[in-house]
Amino acid sequence: MRISVQEQDFSIDKEVEALVRGRGDIGAVATFSGLVRGDNGITQMTLEHYPGMTEKQLEAIAKDAMKRFSLDDCLIIHRYGTLKVGERIVLVITLSKSRKAAFQGAEFLMDWLKTQAPFWKKESNGNESKWVDAKAEDKHTQEKWK
Amino acid sequence: MQILYFSRVREAIGKDEETLTPPADVTTVDGLLNWLSTKDEGYEQAFKNRDGLRAAVNQTFSPMDAPIKHGDEIAIFPPVTGG
Repeated sequence: MRISVQEQDFSIDKEVEALVRGRGDIGAVATFSGLVRGDNGITQMTLEHYPGMTEKQLEAIAKDAMKRFSLDDCLIIHRYGTLKVGERIVLVITLSKSRKAAFQGAEFLMDWLKTQAPFWKKESNGNESKWVDAKAEDKHTQEKWK
Repeated sequence: MQILYFSRVREAIGKDEETLTPPADVTTVDGLLNWLSTKDEGYEQAFKNRDGLRAAVNQTFSPMDAPIKHGDEIAIFPPVTGG
């Protein structure tokens, strides 16, 4: 299990390879990555976070997912700083014996990241920037796992 | 007591953190925000809409009526938008 809060980009291939290398007990790897979407003239996004608490929350969420879905391993990478449209923001990888736990674990991790990780996004269209409002549906989605 | 502000709250107040010693009758997050609001109009504006605010005490999400004490790290911010 590994979590990373970082400014720099990541390689999905390299992260998957590092997790599965030398393991013969894994039958399923699910990956999810979130990108900056260029809706309504958005050209870039700045992510702020709460250093210290972010790492604690990600550790706790990852541990919970490992236990809840009996995962063999998992990884969360979440970037901060200024990211352009199309850039990667977040990566979740789950490893399991079979697909169901891997899919569910990845979905669970993403739902929790949306509501339990102290990040704040500010969108910019080049002229003005605006903080993104939290979505009520994200809160609802997260509650289904309780 | 160390107080941290993030996102909109940080911008409204104009600083990201400060160390303060509130009076002894300030015992909850809400109480802290009330006390700060009496000190300066900037705080009053930033903390006016409490429904739009969330808090963490010692890096754990906490309700507005959560107890606080000397030496705690309190963070005030809008609902999170990560992922």
